[in-house]
Amino acid sequence: MTALLCAANIGKLYGLRPVLRGVSLDVSRGEFVAILGANGAGKTTLLRILATLTRPNGGALTIGGIDALAHPDRARACIGLVSHQSLIYPDLTARENLEFYGRIYAAANLSRRIEEALRRVNLWPRRDDPARTFSRGMLQRLAIARAILHDPPLLLLDEPFTGLDQASAANLSALLREAALGERAVVMTTHELSRGLDGVTRALILQGGRIACEVRDDITARSLAALMSDA
Amino acid sequence: MPTALRQIAAIVRKDVLLELRTRESTTAMVVFAVMAIVMFNFALRLRVDTFRPLTPGVLWVTLVFAGTLGLSRSMSSEQINQCMDGLLLAPCDRSIIFAGKAIANVIFTLAVALLVTPIMAILFDETLMQPGVGLVVLLGVIGYAGAGTLIATMAASTRAREVFLPILLFPLALPLLVAAVIATSGFLDRLPLGEFAAWIGVEIAFIVIFWTAGTLLFEYLVEG
Repeated sequence: MTALLCAANIGKLYGLRPVLRGVSLDVSRGEFVAILGANGAGKTTLLRILATLTRPNGGALTIGGIDALAHPDRARACIGLVSHQSLIYPDLTARENLEFYGRIYAAANLSRRIEEALRRVNLWPRRDDPARTFSRGMLQRLAIARAILHDPPLLLLDEPFTGLDQASAANLSALLREAALGERAVVMTTHELSRGLDGVTRALILQGGRIACEVRDDITARSLAALMSDA
Repeated sequence: MPTALRQIAAIVRKDVLLELRTRESTTAMVVFAVMAIVMFNFALRLRVDTFRPLTPGVLWVTLVFAGTLGLSRSMSSEQINQCMDGLLLAPCDRSIIFAGKAIANVIFTLAVALLVTPIMAILFDETLMQPGVGLVVLLGVIGYAGAGTLIATMAASTRAREVFLPILLFPLALPLLVAAVIATSGFLDRLPLGEFAAWIGVEIAFIVIFWTAGTLLFEYLVEG
């Protein structure tokens, strides 16, 4: 199967300090890949590079067959990002936020897409409320609606459960699983082994800027915790 | 409409909508500008018989200082919830983001100029409401917003952004300020256009330089 996302030998320096050292990663459609690691392991930097928000110092990156380092503007159409920050304007309503993002993504049939996305994350009844009145869990649901509005084949999740209570995290986890169904590929970074591992098809453990190990079977919080402590 | 223009329009519309809802930038700019003009009026009245030679300078210093407040706010609003990342994820050339933000800044600063200039015309008893002055203000605001958006983007990634913005922007804007003051004086003094047309040319050159620089450099300024 052709990989939707193909990162080869990605390296990143902050000043003289290497943060990523030759990370390679292929993700195909239908895969849900979790990148695990302690704080400072380089997870967020890697995800920002995959999202084309940060340029690597070395390596190659292809998304949907597009050279994302040479043509990042074209590759971005294939990407939806949910991070621990919502990227939502608090003084706009839920609908206005999605209208804005839909317009800059030049999404067709925008009104229908917005209604579908808001219904999917159970925010349609609150569509005309300013986002600043939303709870943290609701903001993250709105962030998912924003990320899937243009129907990207690649969904990138950067610590999406940060700051959520147990019920909101369970709700978000179900939404993410649903969003990951079908032809979409999902890459998620997390340091919380207790959340969001349902539906993960592959786990990578990042340590010291390198992929220390890869797990395809037995992806449980317990097994991963053991591997992380060994890595 | 081409996609790029629709994307620019979306960014402008979003910034205008946010401003209409919060009125944070324009309120601060208008209040500051009116206070500055009133203070100039009282302070200068004590020492001069006529305001005529001072009016263009007071107008432009007021607009430049008030405009800085809006520019600072324009970029800091994108830091909330890391909304700048949302903009940077858009599948477009990043010069489009610069253009959208700069056009929104032109609109806000022009709105302030439209409110402040008549007040100044009354307080300083000058015929500021004339097409020539309007043209100079329009060109000056476009140039200042272009340079300001570029510098505000640079300053946004620093910790002391409120301090950095004026420190970096004012020296750069000096040629524009000088040109705008001389051109405004020319219209107020009813001089033949040929005597000061070159200064309007300087304003246009400033616009071309800084809007081109912004278009080319914005990507590098926001690169992580």
